[in-house]
Order: sequence, then structure tokens, then C-alpha cells
Amino acid sequence: MNADRMTWRERFNSAAPIIALSILTFPIIIGFIWIFISTFSHTTYGLEPQGRLTLENWSFLWKDPKIWDVTLNTIILSVGQTIGVVALSALSGYALSRLSFPGRKTFLAMTLILHSFPAVTLLIAIYFVLRWINRIPILGNDIPIIGGFGYNTLGGVILVQLALQLPLGMWLMKGFFDNVSWDLQRAALIDGCSHFRAWWQIILPVIRPGVAALAIFSFVTGWGSFLIPYTFITDQENSVLAAYLRGMMGETAPVSYGTVAAVGLFQLIPVMIFFIFTQEYLMNIFSGGSKGGT
Amino acid sequence: MAVTTRTATAAPPKEGVLRKLRSASIGFWFMSPAVILVVLFFFIPSIIVFGLSMTNLSTSTGFQNYDWVGFENYHKIFTHPDAGPTALRTIFYVGATLALFNVGMALVVALLSTHIPRRAGFIFRALWLLPRLTPSVIYIMMWKFMAAASPYGILNRYFPFLGGQNLLPDAPWVFVILTNGFIGASFGMILFASAIESIPRDFMNAALVDGCNAWQRIRYVILPALRWPLLFVTTYQTLSLLTSFEQIFILTDGQFGTEVWALWSYHRALSNYWGNFQWGFGAALAVVLVVIGAVAAVIYMRFFQFNQLVQEPLVEAL
Repeated sequence: MNADRMTWRERFNSAAPIIALSILTFPIIIGFIWIFISTFSHTTYGLEPQGRLTLENWSFLWKDPKIWDVTLNTIILSVGQTIGVVALSALSGYALSRLSFPGRKTFLAMTLILHSFPAVTLLIAIYFVLRWINRIPILGNDIPIIGGFGYNTLGGVILVQLALQLPLGMWLMKGFFDNVSWDLQRAALIDGCSHFRAWWQIILPVIRPGVAALAIFSFVTGWGSFLIPYTFITDQENSVLAAYLRGMMGETAPVSYGTVAAVGLFQLIPVMIFFIFTQEYLMNIFSGGSKGGT
Repeated sequence: MAVTTRTATAAPPKEGVLRKLRSASIGFWFMSPAVILVVLFFFIPSIIVFGLSMTNLSTSTGFQNYDWVGFENYHKIFTHPDAGPTALRTIFYVGATLALFNVGMALVVALLSTHIPRRAGFIFRALWLLPRLTPSVIYIMMWKFMAAASPYGILNRYFPFLGGQNLLPDAPWVFVILTNGFIGASFGMILFASAIESIPRDFMNAALVDGCNAWQRIRYVILPALRWPLLFVTTYQTLSLLTSFEQIFILTDGQFGTEVWALWSYHRALSNYWGNFQWGFGAALAVVLVVIGAVAAVIYMRFFQFNQLVQEPLVEAL
């Protein structure tokens, strides 16, 4: 009997942390279960759907033409931002890691400080920078697809989000480059590669996982971004999914939350796909990003 | 190419003035796009925000008729009836979220998830990462529905003693702290968990052999090893909580007495119901945060042994 009690106790000891964790994690899981259930029901009382399950909430996909405009904008925003962040971080990360040039140390120090500097406090001033860009011919507001790089254009939002993510990206990329063996690069340079070619053909392929991680992270943040598009785009045709959703939330009573939840889930799908397949990478970004990637 | 025999740690060759020049110009080309953006969206805005805070620029003055008013905006802040309460609210919000979630909960989850089978621990940590990755509008929508009035709201449905009305106006801070906390906890959690996992097994075993119970093990083995990450997470997250307002903006929009300093500034300058954007006054409010942010950022970069991270690159010794 004594032995029985011991094993029971041991079992409890090993199960206790899991039980405790499950309880703590419960609110997160509930939130996602709710959003899933309510998209397929007319109304939900708590987590219980009332009446029969339905697909009616998803009718916005074919009834509301605006959703596709908004989705397209969101894709342009997140893809544009991702390309920008990855390209610029990879370029400058390489220089910071592998080249010596005057001002390198200062710039590196600055990057690190900017990385922890809260950029949202600069939104008011960025508004003026964007308005100033508007005045530049063509570049300001006459570019097809993204509209330009000024205030009230998709390009402007891309530029701001890209800039605000640069310190993190550069710092991470520098960390990735630091880990690439010197011999590889030396060999390439001695064989007559230019720095640019060594960067593009030799080093970048080696750090592909790191580049992928940064790209995924950047895409996910761009896809879900709300504050900057909401602040810097005024007209609805140019807005992104998050801003669109927020507009819907404001005007609906809890009764029709089903539709709102459906739009929400629609926006959540790509994030979930990335999440399921790439958590490990993303986990690295968060720890690497904070420790400086070295 | 006699230099090829040099080891990577050797000093750069003396004849390399020309090479240095070339390397500098290559560095320039690699850096310039990023530098332009950093200047355009960090440096120039920092200057603009200071400049703006010295003006009375607003929608009503327009871009032509504004005046330089010196430090009047700052004077206005310090004598403003909302300034004191807003500052207190901000301190409360940062302190409570930090203690309960960004450090407290992060530590608890990290401890628990490193004391269960690896795979399970990883799944839980991944789940905690979800709120951070979920688009904020959707995430807040979930919480709004939790708080919604009976019979729809989740909390009211299963806990009838809560009264059945919408819980958000009654307990705004609970939800503000919960929403921000569930996002914020993952940052500390990841750092703490990796720090715990890097504690040598021998230390743990030694503690076990000495008859330590779980609490003693945490107190005397794990926590001392976490001193550095704890300090880092606390300082870093203080700063980001101080200036983050996106979740509060979506959740309550500053209603029910939840307007924190950053949101106050945002409302005044960029988003308010009266349509009069007071850029000057808003900028002055932002400058307060910019200064705190800049000083704090510089301090901990000094503090966290920054110099080790910026050694000269070795490739030029080629």
C-alpha cells in the first residue's frame, strides 16, 4: 500500500506541472475555439452554437467585393514589407558583420539602441515625413499598385513598417552572418569573387534558414498589422484586413459576431499555417532578436 | 598572394590603405539603403517631434499660421488636470502587467514547461506564442467576446455570479492587463526557458542528492541562474509596455479610465473625435516618452555589455 501511494504521488508530481500549465493556457485555447465555433453558427451563447451550424457567416467571401480588395492590399503590404526587410537587413547585416568601414561601430551601436527604442512614439513625426514624401513627384503618390510612398498610400505604410522593423532585422542578420565560417568567405574572395557576389552566391545560401525565419516573422507581422495602416491610410479602398475588421467590429452588435469572427478567421488562416509549420524558427527569432542574435 | 597564409586573427596588412578605401566604398553600397530608411524614419522624426512640440501646430492653425511657442506645450502638460491621473494610470498599467505577466507569468510558464517532457513543454511554449502572432484586432475581438454581456459572453455564460452585463466597463483594467499580459508573457518565457535549459544537469542533480525540494531548487539553483535574463526582460519590457497602446486602443479606446500616456498623445495628435489634430501638443506628450525611451535604451545597452557584440570584423585581415 505504501508503494502504491508512492507511485500515485509520483504520478501526481509529474502530472501537476502539465495540469497547471493547461489551466494557465486555457484562455488562449478558449479564444481560438470560440472564433472557430462562432464562424459556423448563427449565434453562440458562450461556446455553444444556437440552432444549426451554417456557412452563412462566410458569405462575405462572395457577397462583399471589398473583402478581396482589402485582402489584396494586405498581401501587397506584407509581401512588400517582407521583401524590403529581408533584402535591406541582409545587405546591411553582411556589411556590419564582414566589412570594416568608417562608422561601422557607431552604426552598430545605434542599431542596437534603436532596436530597443520604442518607435511608436515617433508616429506623429512620421506623419509629417510621409506628407513631405507626398510632395515628391511620381515617388510621392503616382506609383501603380502601391500608390506611392507618401501619406495615405500603401507604399508609405510599407516603407514605415519596413523601417521600424529594420533594427531588429539588421541585428538578427548580422548574428546569422557572424556564424558563417570565415574560410568559406575567404575562399570565395581569393578566388576573385566580388563582395556582392560572395554575399549573394556563397554566404546567403548558407544562412537560408535564418533568412526564412526573418521573412516569416516579417510577413506575419505585416499581415496582422493594424496601427500603422489605420493611422496612415484614410480611405477605405486602400485599407488592410485588420482595419476593415476593426471597422466591422465597431458597427456590429454581439448578435452578428459570427460574420466578424469569420472575417477574423479568414485573416487568421495564413498565420495559423505559418505557426503550425514554423514555430521553431519563430521561437528563435524572438530569443535571437532580444539577445542580439549572437 | 602571400597574405593568404595569414591567420584570421592577424593584424591587417600595412599596405592596405587602398584596400581600406575600397572596402569602405563597398560597405557604403551595402549599407546605404538601410541607412536612408533609418535616417528617414528614426532620425528625422526624432528631430521633427522635438520641433513640433515647440509649436502650436494643429488642424485649426493649419500648416501656414502656426507659431513657435517655446516650452508652452510642456507647461500645458504639467498644469493639465489629466496629466497626473494619466501618469499614475500608466505606471499602474506598466507595473501590474509587468509583475503579473511579462515577468511573473513568464517565469511560471518557463519553469513549468521545462519540468515536463520536452515535447510537451515545447507545445505549451508554442501556444503561448500564439497571442503575439495573432493579428491584434482578432485577438482583442476574442477578449471582447469573453467579456460580452449574457447570454453571448463566454465568462457570463459559465460564471453566472458575474452578473450578466458586459464586463468590460466594470473591470476595464482586468481586461487591459490580461490582453497585454498574454501577449507580453511569451517574450520572457522564451528567454527564461532557454536559460533554465542551459543550467548544467549536474547542478540540478547535486541539489536533488542534497535533498532539496522543488521550491528550494527553484530558489537556490534556478533563480540565481536567471538573474541576468530577469533583469533584461524587466527593463526591456518596461519600455515596450510604457509606449505600447495598440491593444488598449482597440479594446477600450481609452474609455472607462484606461487612457494611458501613449494613447493620450496618439489621440491628441492623430485620432480624435473632434477632428482637431493638435500635433504640437501631441508631440510634446510624445517627447516625454521619447526621452524616457532613448535614455533607457542607451543605459541598458551600456549595461548589457554592448562592447562585446561589436568587435571589428576579421575578413579585412585577409
